[in-house]
Amino acid sequence: MKTFLMHPDRDFDVRPPSPNEPILFARDLELDVLVGAAAGDDRYLRDIMSAACASAWTNDIATIRYRQAILKDCLANPSLVRQFYAIAIEPFSRERSWYFSLYGRDPSAMLGSGVRTLQSCLDVLARLRNACSANASRFDSQGFHQLFDTLERDLNDAYLAAARTDLNNLTFRRGVLLSAQVGDGGKGVATMLRKPQPRDLSWVRQVLTPGPQSFTLQLHPRDDAGAQAFSELKNRGLSLISDAVYQSAEHVLGFIKALRAELAFYIGCLNLKEQLDRIGESIAFPEASEAPRRFQCRNLRDVCLALTMGRGVVGNDVDANGRPLVIITGANRGGKSTFLRSVGLAQLMMQCGLFVAADAFTSTLHTGLFTHYRHEEDRSMRSGKFDEELVRMGTIADHIHRRALVLFNESFAATNEQEGSEIARQVVSALLDSDVSVFFVSHMYEFARLFLDDDRTLFLRAERGEDGTRSFRLREAKPLSKSFGADLYERIFMPSNAVTGTQAKAGAGG
Amino acid sequence: MREPVENALPRDGDRTAEPPVFRSILFPPGLEDARAERTEQPACFVDLNLDQVIAAIVARRDEDVLRPIFYSTYRNEEIIRYRQAVFADVERAEVIRIFPGFCEAMRMVRADIAYADKISSRCHRHMVILRAAGLYCEAVATLLRGLQPLDLRSAGLRDLRAYLAGYTDSHGFTTLATQTRDVRATLSKISYGMLFRGDKVTVRRYAAEPDYTVTILDRFAKFRQTHVEPPASPRIRDDFSLNHIEEGILEFVARLFAEQFQMLEEYVARHSQFIDDTVATFDREIGFFVAYLAFIDRLRQAGLPFCRPDVSASSKDTDVAESFDLALAAKLVQERGGVVCNDFRLTDAERLIVVSGPNQGGKTTFARMFGQLHFLAGLGCPVPGRRARLFLADQVFTHFEREEDITNLRGKLEDDLVRLHRTCQVMTSNSVVVLNEIFNSTSLEDQVFLSTKVLEQILAIDAIGVCVTFIDALSKLSEKTVSMVSTVVPDDPAVRTFAIVRKPADGLAYALSLAEKRGVTYAQLRTRVRP
Repeated sequence: MKTFLMHPDRDFDVRPPSPNEPILFARDLELDVLVGAAAGDDRYLRDIMSAACASAWTNDIATIRYRQAILKDCLANPSLVRQFYAIAIEPFSRERSWYFSLYGRDPSAMLGSGVRTLQSCLDVLARLRNACSANASRFDSQGFHQLFDTLERDLNDAYLAAARTDLNNLTFRRGVLLSAQVGDGGKGVATMLRKPQPRDLSWVRQVLTPGPQSFTLQLHPRDDAGAQAFSELKNRGLSLISDAVYQSAEHVLGFIKALRAELAFYIGCLNLKEQLDRIGESIAFPEASEAPRRFQCRNLRDVCLALTMGRGVVGNDVDANGRPLVIITGANRGGKSTFLRSVGLAQLMMQCGLFVAADAFTSTLHTGLFTHYRHEEDRSMRSGKFDEELVRMGTIADHIHRRALVLFNESFAATNEQEGSEIARQVVSALLDSDVSVFFVSHMYEFARLFLDDDRTLFLRAERGEDGTRSFRLREAKPLSKSFGADLYERIFMPSNAVTGTQAKAGAGG
Repeated sequence: MREPVENALPRDGDRTAEPPVFRSILFPPGLEDARAERTEQPACFVDLNLDQVIAAIVARRDEDVLRPIFYSTYRNEEIIRYRQAVFADVERAEVIRIFPGFCEAMRMVRADIAYADKISSRCHRHMVILRAAGLYCEAVATLLRGLQPLDLRSAGLRDLRAYLAGYTDSHGFTTLATQTRDVRATLSKISYGMLFRGDKVTVRRYAAEPDYTVTILDRFAKFRQTHVEPPASPRIRDDFSLNHIEEGILEFVARLFAEQFQMLEEYVARHSQFIDDTVATFDREIGFFVAYLAFIDRLRQAGLPFCRPDVSASSKDTDVAESFDLALAAKLVQERGGVVCNDFRLTDAERLIVVSGPNQGGKTTFARMFGQLHFLAGLGCPVPGRRARLFLADQVFTHFEREEDITNLRGKLEDDLVRLHRTCQVMTSNSVVVLNEIFNSTSLEDQVFLSTKVLEQILAIDAIGVCVTFIDALSKLSEKTVSMVSTVVPDDPAVRTFAIVRKPADGLAYALSLAEKRGVTYAQLRTRVRP
């Protein structure tokens, strides 16, 4: 039995990227913000969305369209899909954990919990099947219909009834007697399991004969923590009980778990859509292209910036079809990094099968996304800053394939401008000649100048008006040869430091 | 912002012949009130990698206690020398080995007492207090036994020993020790039974019922046809605390064995506050010395020198020989790499070392070393180096490049300028400043202009410091600047020596050779991109 909601022909790999091998571009793209909007505080959703992002680059166009169709079904029936998901997560939710817990450390309770879990799982599957059957006509996608057919066929009433009858003789009801001694701090130590006295096992004897002095503690019915403590204690002396029930329960749970994982991706998408609706950001389904060197967007926005600011943000229109190198220059705080991030995020979201924050977005399917951003001084202290940049470029080279996409943000500027420009030129030329697409934000006029006559290049520039204000919108324009640091210096240092005002002016003009 | 304590308090000569009463191993008698500990990590820590150093030092120790001590420097020569003398004693092998056991025992005592305060169940609380008292008595007695035969030279540790001798002889302490032992022996003889049925547990005296495990194993044997690994590993037993069920059971045991628990009740009533204030303070404070020395011991074994710096709160004459970046050295020694040591000095009017030269030549490391030395000297710690004369600074300011932060929507440059401006405003002539390649995110011309402006301000304030840059001109700003340059092996510029030497800036850089070493030149990349 398979669910097939993420791939038309195989299971979804739910492993999130390991903490040792995080998604390389995640930090540069503020991927946490995106995943956070989709997952909220739900760590499970977070893992699933991260896993989907990590495996985005192996999806082919058919898979992307398959998911887009399912996602459109979800957007059309959000409450139904949430209902399916709500049923599928029951075994894993904290409130209902009592019905589905398998206490591995607790071999006696494991028997009872195993039985209880199997019964609960059958109940969940029956309700899920019923919910799906009742609403099948409202879904159009191939993916959902395939799932509905599977549930109808493999979980029919006859099967469910037969399975339930198998579960009724497995309960451990005897009194359990332990002995212990008072250890340091009041802890019970030297615990042993003891054979109960005949009187302990018989109601009649307990009524008729006087027992030794004793005190009895009764668990409060709503005391969950107490129940857990109780069973831990009770089972401290029990050490060997069969794992068979446990294993069967694990198998059934496995199917529900896979379903939960695949639905979780779409729930994340629904959550993200609702977050974007709330702040007034519109979306579009992107068009993935097999053809190389495609990049065209209308009103493409940085979804993470929008989510962080909690309102709509400025978008950009860019037509870079046929031009695999886009160099972005211009004013500080002019929206360059934002645009770069919007490109990376949209590409990633498209290849996950998601919508994008744009009015329209068409792009070549890339084999991978790499970012090369200037970072804080390398905390491992092994290398200087510039060398650290080269090392990271080397790491990218270790992983990159043809037709990948690389985003550079002020790279190779940790040395002087002349050297940095030369290194950047060599790196970018080599990537372009290997069919890799490149977006490069740079302050290095010298670097941008080297590509002025290269017809593979599109130049964008961050603008600012006469009054020095920034529009945050980029427009197609060649790079200018100066920067804008002096005005900031004047504004920040001059109000309290009137010493060098005239020199600052002179410097700004230079 | 807190100012470190200046030299203004009484000197040794002012005191009478009465032997000083020991109160603190961090502050000499009469200066205990100078204590001013900060709980927030100093701003310079991340840039200087002191966060890593301190994290390694306090790891697996009592962080909440040690961190504030390591965060708080003092501009008082007497305090610094008192600590330096204690360090000189403690770093002898026969002295240091007596403290870790004491600190660990006291940590457990404190954990027990903190825990006991939260316990509402009476006999559980009493059991925990009893456990704590047992540990405490043993810890104090063991510490004194360890100190007695030693030839101690520091005023701090000699006074401590005299104090402990008097304390353990006192009636209060000897009574506590005897009664603790008696009550524990009595309680350990109790044995009880627990009968679990449904949601009830019945507690009674143990009545010699036989072991039931064998019976249970037989009953479930039929399920064990194939070997199956248990699906979850057993949780580590919590031997420290009781949950409320265990607590309830203990209450019942106390009722069943009322006589024994009455004895406990009376014991706790007599000994509720058993920890001596001075012992408690010493326990907190000795960790500072032990932790630091344990950390540098590894480095010393690798042959790296540490010294007691000659400190001054007034003279900025600075002279350091064969020093190194403590954080980097710790890492390299762990990986068995070599550590390069550097010298530097500031004499007369010299205030600012401007470091330029090839990248990956150890410039940033040099800058960190400079900042670390001044901070560590202000703690009273031995510092990396063969010898050192250091100024006691009021603050160490750093400015290293920060990553762009999406929630902070100011541009990088504006961010840099705002932070530098703030720094310049609070800096004094007693400050130390460490600048590392500031304004790198902007254009070359902006960088020269802005760096010059900022350095001029710092020189005017008369702080001492170091500035790493590739702009040669900054090293010639005034007679207060000293030029130092990272060096390379002439035949193979891609191999750095990491030595920083005092000489005029020469403007050499080696970007392309580095790119080739990392395999990212045009020709190399063309072959590396896979199909």
